[in-house]
Formats: sequence, structure tokens, C-alpha cells
Amino acid sequence: MSDNYEPSSAIGKWFDKRLPLLTLFAGHVLPYPTPKNLNYWWTFGGILTFCLVTQIVTGLVLAMHYVADAEQAFTSVEHIMRDVNFGWMLRYIHANGASMMFMAVYIHMARSLFYGSYKEPRELIWIIGVFIFLLMIATAFMGYVLPWGQMSFWAATVITNLFSAIPLVGESITNWLWGGYSVGSPLLTRFFTLHYLMPFLIFALVILHVWALHVPGNNNPEGIDVVQGSQDTVPFHPHYVVKDGLALVVFLVIFAGFVFFVPNLLGHTDNYIQANPLQTPEHIVPEWYFLPFYAILRAVPDKLGGVILMVSSIAILAFLPWLDTSKVRSAKYRPLYKQFFWLFIADVILLGYLGAQSADGLFLIISRIATAYYFIHFLVLMPLLGFVEKTKPLPKSISEPVLSKEEREAQVAGST
Amino acid sequence: MSEDKTVTRRNFLYITTGSFFAAGSAAVVWPFVHQMNPDASVKALASTEVDLTPILPGQSITVLWRGKPVFIRRRTSEEIAEAKKVSLTELPDPEVDEDRVKNPEWLIMVGICTHLGCIPLGQKGEYNGWFCPCHGSHYDTSGRIRKGPAPKNLEIPQYVFLDDNTVKIG
Ligand code: HEM
Ligand code: FES
Repeated sequence: MSDNYEPSSAIGKWFDKRLPLLTLFAGHVLPYPTPKNLNYWWTFGGILTFCLVTQIVTGLVLAMHYVADAEQAFTSVEHIMRDVNFGWMLRYIHANGASMMFMAVYIHMARSLFYGSYKEPRELIWIIGVFIFLLMIATAFMGYVLPWGQMSFWAATVITNLFSAIPLVGESITNWLWGGYSVGSPLLTRFFTLHYLMPFLIFALVILHVWALHVPGNNNPEGIDVVQGSQDTVPFHPHYVVKDGLALVVFLVIFAGFVFFVPNLLGHTDNYIQANPLQTPEHIVPEWYFLPFYAILRAVPDKLGGVILMVSSIAILAFLPWLDTSKVRSAKYRPLYKQFFWLFIADVILLGYLGAQSADGLFLIISRIATAYYFIHFLVLMPLLGFVEKTKPLPKSISEPVLSKEEREAQVAGST
Repeated sequence: MSEDKTVTRRNFLYITTGSFFAAGSAAVVWPFVHQMNPDASVKALASTEVDLTPILPGQSITVLWRGKPVFIRRRTSEEIAEAKKVSLTELPDPEVDEDRVKNPEWLIMVGICTHLGCIPLGQKGEYNGWFCPCHGSHYDTSGRIRKGPAPKNLEIPQYVFLDDNTVKIG
């Protein structure tokens, strides 16, 4: 970080003296010292930022043609698909963009779990991340309601009815949410308003997220602190700008593949049928990225219990920094945790599969076991592992494992 | 509390200012919250009249009341007998059939699953009443919950028989 940065042009100097934006970017963000060993799992933060901007830009232009009214919403979306110039493309980018963003956020979160990025001193980065994730869930859900197809309508019905599980005030709360006695136009209008607002709140949280990241700096695959003044770091620009850029291009190829070749693969055909309050579709399933949580909701035979468990399954993430008792961050040096990490990932994928099946018979039994395991992972295994696990010795620095024997000896001699 | 702490004029001012601020804030926030509650035009659509003549025993219709589906079923004598013979101890939400109907032949109830609001399918499920496909709730021939995640019986709306063949819901 060069504190002595100064803009070269006269106009730059004039501006920077009054508002030091240039110093912030050219003096702080671009030369930001970043661990030199970050792998491609670290590129998803940048990819997520790109996704957020894509959703905002495509959403903005869709809002120029969309009508938020129960009578007209469905037709206005068809109008976007058929009549508006490039409307089909903009809508497919926005719809698949949500899926791509969830794909990226799940990888980003799994990366944090594997390398212990949520641990001291990065607890707040992680907790802000959990809030971003919550807002993403709310935004995606409300967005899915807007086309007012059968799945939109029944997803809105089932999810808003979750609030009716609250004792005593439940019914008043649902009527308040609906602005009526059932899901209809008032709900659609307010969902549109909130769907428009929330991405900007996410944007504000992302700024706090990155700000908090820039205090301790990035974690890294070894999970050890960088040695100050060593050769453990490289400037963010150009090294990670280029690495993030390459990852983004590969990500965009996959994204474009969905948009241009299978734009409806991740959606549900029933949502091309206009909402009908008199008929529930045969199978209602949420979007793929909500399936694990939906499976947890249905695993419990009790309404309030199911809701509490589903909410807890996300809320519990915020407490992870204190549930994990191990001092070692990276799973590379935690032989037991490494195995439980993969078991946990398998469990979440299994829950996702179960969320799409009918909730009875064998599926229901397996859902219960998988749900129990989800919580056991956080409440039993994470606290326990810190005490029973024999971790591998950590390298002294990021550079150490890649140095030759002589260099290592030279380094030790130099440092003493 | 120490003895020598007396209530000063300043304490009084702090507390009154604070109370007025809190009450004032609540008064300002309330309109912003209350605007979301059902409005006058929604409340105005509060009742629906239905002609029952075309419905034969064993048939049902669904009508819309306040945007919600209402099931009107003309039950067969077997269904009525089945609903009556169930003992209360078998029911998660105990209610006798007599309390759920004004005329045993006509079962009128809100067709919304008390779990999460899907519309149950008629004459399906293990109790020959209604079955909700969303998360598998089974209701009997009186619309009472028997099995599955739903906590309550199907809701009975307010209604009156205006004459033998007309019912007013709401
Ligand atoms: C819109 C969503 C999000 C955006 C745009 C975003 C953006 C970023 C960026 C740019 C970074 C720095 C680069 C990197 O390490 O990948 C980062 C780091 C991080 N993010 Fe996120 N993030 C998002 C959501 C989340 C969520 C949901 C979580 C967890 C629940 C999370 C947890 C973290 C953590 C712990 C770090 C520190 C990583 C490290 O240096 O090891 N993020 N995020
Ligand atoms: S909504 Fe009927 S069982 Fe869940």
C-alpha cells in the first residue's frame, strides 16, 4: 500500500485533494497486498460482484416493461419475451443470472468452510456474508413471484403462510403481508417494490464485506497469517485482477451456455401457466437453490417445528466462528475435519435431492436423517473436533513449503 | 439506588422528552406499517351468495370468497355416518362433526390447507375426505385433519342459509 500515492494529472490532483477517491483506488485497492498462493476457489468473490451488477442492470431494463399487477403481470412478461427488442435475452439473463449467482455463492461459502475463512479475525466478514446470503434468498424468492405463473403464485402462498405458524399473531401477520385475505395483487406490488430495493441493500453490504476483508487481509489455502514484510504477498493488481478475469471468462461461458442453449432447464414449466388461485399444481417445488432448506422444512411433521428448523439451518451459520473450536484454519491441516467437510457437502446435496421428491415413505425417513446430520455437523462435530483432532504441523510461512532445502535454511538463518 | 440521589428538574426533563420522542416515533411509524394491512376495497368484498340447486349428493363445488376457495360439498349419507362415528381421541384437532356443519348434508369450509395454504384435492387420501399434495396432509369427510403436517381442521367460514337453496358466505 503506497500512502504516498499522488495522481499524475493536474485535474486528478485537483479532484483528489477535494475527494480522495483516486487515492482510495489507485493507492489502496489496486496495490492491495494479497497472499500469493490464492487458488481459483478465491475467484468467486469477484464473480459474485459481477453477478450482482448483472442482476441490477438486467433487472432495471426489465422493470421498464414489466407491470406489477395480478391481471397484467403474466401478460407483460410474455410481452417482454415476444415483443420487446431483445426482451427474451434480457429476461433469460436475469432468470439464469439468479441461478448462476447462487451457484457462485454456494462455492464461495464452501470455500470459506474448507479453508476456515470464518475464523478469527474474519468473523465479521463471514457474518456480513450470512446477511448477504439471507438478502439474496429474499430477493430471489420475491423475484420468482413476479411473473405470476402457477409456481410463482403457489410459492408465494406456501412461503407467506410460513408466518402463520407464529403463535397468536400469525394470522394478523399473514394478512398484513398479503394486504388481503389471500395472495393477490397487493402482495405482488409490494414484492416488486422490495425486489427492486434489496439488491441495492446487498450492494451496500458487499461494500462493508470487502471493507472488513481489507482489515485483516485475505485468508489463504494454508490458513496461516502472512509474514509481514515478507514475500508472501503480491499486489492485487495486476496479479489477481488477471486471475479473477480468467475465472470470470470461464464462468461467463457456462452462463452463456445456459442463457442461449437451455434457458429453461433450471426453471419449472408450470410457471408458463398463469396463476390460478383455485388450483394447486400437482408438485410444487422451489427453485433448485432452495431445495435443501425446503427438505428441512418438510422433514418435520409439525408446522411450527418445520419453520423453526428451516430458519435455524441458516441462522446457525452466523454462530459458526464460535461453534468451531479448532485453532487451525485450513482443512489441509485438519485430517478429520477434511472428511467431515465432504460428508457435510454430500449431506447438503442429498437434502437438495430430497427437496425435489415427494415427502413420504422412504424419502421422508432419509430427509429426517439428513436434517439431523446437518445440525449434528454444526452443533456436535464442529465443537468436538477442536478437542479430539490431531492437526498436522503448519508451515512457518506461505513461502516455506515451496522453497528448496537450502533456501529454507537461508530463510531460517536470515530470520534469526 | 443511593439515598442521596434526588430527582432533579433535569431528570424530569430527560424522561418526559424521551417519552414524547418514543410516542411520537411510534405515531409516525404506524401509518407506514398499517398501509400494508387489507384496505377498504378489499374488506368491501366480504360476502358471496351461492345457489345450491345444481349440486347433487356426492358432488361439490368450489367458489371464491375474499380471494379464497370455499368448498361446498353435498355429503352422501355414508360420508356423514363416517364423520360422526369417529371418536374425538383419534383427532389431532378434536371437534365433533355437528359443530362443523349447520345442516349435516352441506359441508362448507375454506379450501385452504391449514399447513401452508395449498388447495387440497377432494375425495382423496386415506380418510376419503381431502388430501393436500403439497406436503401430504389427509383430511376426513368432515374436513378434520387426520394425518400429516397440517395442525388444524379446515376452517369453517361464517355463513347463513338464506333459504333452502341459497347460502351466503361471509
Ligand atoms: C452477493 C454476494 C457476495 C459478494 C458479492 C461477495 C464478495 C466477496 C469478495 C469480492 C470477497 C473477496 C474475494 C474472495 O475472497 O473471494 C469476499 C470474501 C469473503 N466472503 Fe463474500 N461475497 C458475497 C457473499 C458471501 C456470503 C454469502 C458469505 C458467507 C456466508 C461470504 C463469505 C466471505 C468470506 C468469509 C470472505 C473472506 C474470504 C477470504 O479471504 O478467505 N461471502 N466476498
Ligand atoms: S400445504 Fe397442505 S400439506 Fe403443506
